[in-house]
Amino acid sequence: MTKDHGGDVRLSGISKTYGSFTAVHPLDLTVPEGSFFALLGASGCGKTTTLRMIAGLEEPSSGTVSLGEQDVTRLPPHKRPVNTVFQSYALFPHLDIFENVAFGLRRRGIRSVKKQVDEMLELVQLGEQARKKPHQLSGGQQQRVALARALINRPKVLLLDEPLGALDLKLRRQMQWELGRIQTEVGITFVHVTHDQEEAMTMADTVAVMNAGRVEQLGSPLDLYENPRTTFVANFLGTSNLIEAEVDSKSGGDIVLKAGDGKLVLPEARCSAPATAGGRVLVGVRPEKISLTHADDAGDVPVGRNRITGKITATSFTGVSTQYAVDSSVCPEFVVYVQNIDRDPRLVPGADAVLHWSPAHTFGLDAAQDIDAGVETVEEEAAV
Amino acid sequence: MATLTEAEAPPPPSPAVPTRRTSRGRGRLVPYWLLLPGVLWLIVFFALPMVYQASTSVQTGSLEEGYKVTWHFATYWNALSEYWPQFLRSVLYAGSATVLCLLLGYPLAYLIAFRAGRWRNLVLILVIAPFFTSFLIRTLAWKTILADGGPVVGALNALHVLDVTGWLGMTAGDRVLATPLAVVCGLTYNFLPFMILPLYTSLERIDGRLHEAAGDLYATPFTTFRKVTFPLSMPGVVSGTLLTFIPASGDYVNADLLGSTETRMAGNVIQTQFLRILDYPTAAALSFLLMAAILIMVTLYIRKSGTEDLV
Amino acid sequence: MALLRWTKRHLVVLAGLLTLGYLLLPNVVVTVFSFNAPKGRFNYEWQTFSTDAWTDPCGVAGLCRSLSLSLQLAAWATLGATVLGTMIAFALVRYRFRARGAVNSLIFLPMAMPEVVMAASLLTLFLNLGAQLGFWTILIAHIMFCLSFVVVAVKARVMSMDPRLEEAARDLYAGPVQTFVRVTLPLAAPGIAAGALLAFALSFDDFIITNFTAGSTVTFPMFVWGSAQRGTPVQINVIGTAMFVVAVLFVLAGMIVGNRRKRQKP
Repeated sequence: MTKDHGGDVRLSGISKTYGSFTAVHPLDLTVPEGSFFALLGASGCGKTTTLRMIAGLEEPSSGTVSLGEQDVTRLPPHKRPVNTVFQSYALFPHLDIFENVAFGLRRRGIRSVKKQVDEMLELVQLGEQARKKPHQLSGGQQQRVALARALINRPKVLLLDEPLGALDLKLRRQMQWELGRIQTEVGITFVHVTHDQEEAMTMADTVAVMNAGRVEQLGSPLDLYENPRTTFVANFLGTSNLIEAEVDSKSGGDIVLKAGDGKLVLPEARCSAPATAGGRVLVGVRPEKISLTHADDAGDVPVGRNRITGKITATSFTGVSTQYAVDSSVCPEFVVYVQNIDRDPRLVPGADAVLHWSPAHTFGLDAAQDIDAGVETVEEEAAV
Repeated sequence: MATLTEAEAPPPPSPAVPTRRTSRGRGRLVPYWLLLPGVLWLIVFFALPMVYQASTSVQTGSLEEGYKVTWHFATYWNALSEYWPQFLRSVLYAGSATVLCLLLGYPLAYLIAFRAGRWRNLVLILVIAPFFTSFLIRTLAWKTILADGGPVVGALNALHVLDVTGWLGMTAGDRVLATPLAVVCGLTYNFLPFMILPLYTSLERIDGRLHEAAGDLYATPFTTFRKVTFPLSMPGVVSGTLLTFIPASGDYVNADLLGSTETRMAGNVIQTQFLRILDYPTAAALSFLLMAAILIMVTLYIRKSGTEDLV
Repeated sequence: MALLRWTKRHLVVLAGLLTLGYLLLPNVVVTVFSFNAPKGRFNYEWQTFSTDAWTDPCGVAGLCRSLSLSLQLAAWATLGATVLGTMIAFALVRYRFRARGAVNSLIFLPMAMPEVVMAASLLTLFLNLGAQLGFWTILIAHIMFCLSFVVVAVKARVMSMDPRLEEAARDLYAGPVQTFVRVTLPLAAPGIAAGALLAFALSFDDFIITNFTAGSTVTFPMFVWGSAQRGTPVQINVIGTAMFVVAVLFVLAGMIVGNRRKRQKP
């Protein structure tokens, strides 16, 4: 419907406070037109509030929201070319599917909606259900109605607030692909809010990780995973093993660190913290990057790899891989994922083992942070 | 009273639950405009009359010469010393009716909530349906049911129930009509649905699996009821007893239609003073005393039962 | 032995059914006695079967006039209380404002007050103002005591409404007025209907407050009250029975429609 390419969403210095509680700290963010952008964070981190400010459902305490060249900060939601797929869908229970989808068109005074609605229902494969009421549909079908209801308006930006949160795991995976396909097809900017890191990584081309009302890091999923810059990102996206270490020396673009009695090497380019000799750094490594060798074969470990010794405390078999928990002097619970290719039967709880990985897979973080930030605990899960 | 406590809770800071608190000047007035007509109505026709009545109760004078506020608190003392039996009867009759309502209503509410199955809606309708026949007509029907020498009185006599109630002072001789028993019976009947419905509402909310869980944990059906079902139905018990006791204690219709001059309750006195004798200060004082008595009892009861989420 | 066990198992059911019988007995009596041909002025003793009252329900002076007055009053009181109560309910649920606690108490107190107290104080006010007792004073009183019940019914419904639905409407290009008409009102309708129904029933059946505020005007409950002192015509039972039957039929019809709708679910 619109031909201008002003689909960038630009947030400049927007913030939201409720009394003394700051939900979103002043925030600058640009979502390029046509991208699939994800806001990722735990519940209460301010991601939904940010989304609601883009939709116009929440007035920012400061800052502006622009779509392309247009400042929409003061526009009420019904005047913004933005539509939302709400958490748990918010389908109108008193209207049938057809009328739900036609709602936006009718409100804009469009008289002949039948053709468009039918087409849209075909796109989401719900042509047969047009005259049913929302409660007569399954969760996945309701989700698609919510999507159709928003997309039919050809918004400049589509906002998705935990759109898959209410679906079971299998359906969620399927809908992740589906959403990706639809986004490529319609080419509309998607801004997607989620607490599920896997969902954000599989679907979005850019992810902003939010924590306590601030964006911690922004980048492609690959970049965020491989080069986390804060402990929160390192722990919230996947799992990280973090070791507190002391900077020993620098040589040829590498930093040499002391951790316990051993030495670890970290490429200087992958260290996001200033490293001066004698200073402290958190050394991180992803569990799947680590190899595990029984202590009897310690001599076989190639030279030049970072290595740590420890005792296996627990193992669990997950099918694709086996997860080991290793107690070492530098880290009480080192997590290692080993692919089930050649399983060493000696690697059982109680066995001594050597953990080793390529220095290139090591990243460095500022040691002045909470080492456990972003680690999901059982209580937090239960609270969701 | 829940409405009172609920009001004190601070608004949740959760950003996900939007309550409109617009900073725009016009939007801030919206709730007040919405409230204005209804609240004004209640202030003028409910709160203000209470004040008028309070002032009337301390006035002296006569209908012909007009009344003046003279802070004549003796009216209260006179009213109380003259009409304390009626007040006592109000509390006793309403109290007995409330207990009877609870005893009779609980099994029925339990039946509807857990045992009625596909008949549930039908039984519920049968509980509510009598409301559509004017309660005065239904109360008059009790005159027929409890008529002297009728089958009900005959049966009660044969079972020696009347001997027991007679000994308790609830009946006199072979009569039920025009005795306290008839009044209590009428009150119980009239306010029974007000007991059953809140009981049903709170019983219905109880997860049926709790019964299974209790059984699984070695509780006998009776223990399950005592330790699980009944405590969980407490909100219903409390609001049911209040919804029964309050109107019953102010009622004068049952005492008038089914009772005698010996069964007059506070409501009868107020009614007579106001509409027949036209002694407004005494009537106002009586009405104020009744209100105060009920508010005190209700407040104590709510404190004691510890349930605050009513209404 | 088996009988004893059966009784024990179904004790609750038996007790419940006995209570139900107690509740319905007067209605049975009212219905039966609507076919009575009483000797004398009072219809308390069974004489002979007759359908006279049913063929001539308005045959008693003033009865049908009082009935129509009660229906009119109930209709207006329902309208007034529903409009005012719905507004208050929305304000209480949807907005934060000062004096919330005071408003809540003002809503709660009329429900916790014996009718006779409210009636007496309202009469005091009317007398003090020198108001002419009649239709208008009754209507004022009825709106007053129905209001709280409407607020409670509508409030419960509005509280359970998902605020996201209205946000979705605003997001889908509905302005404030359209959002209210197209989404808010239809969603709140069941609560408003329940409140209105309750208000109608309360107003139509009210005696105590009406008795104080009516002056010489006679509503249907007052007619019944008066006849209890002077003589009860059979027509009272006819009207009581007819209303009972009509109400039950209405509810049953509604239930059948509802069931059919439910069965359409896949």
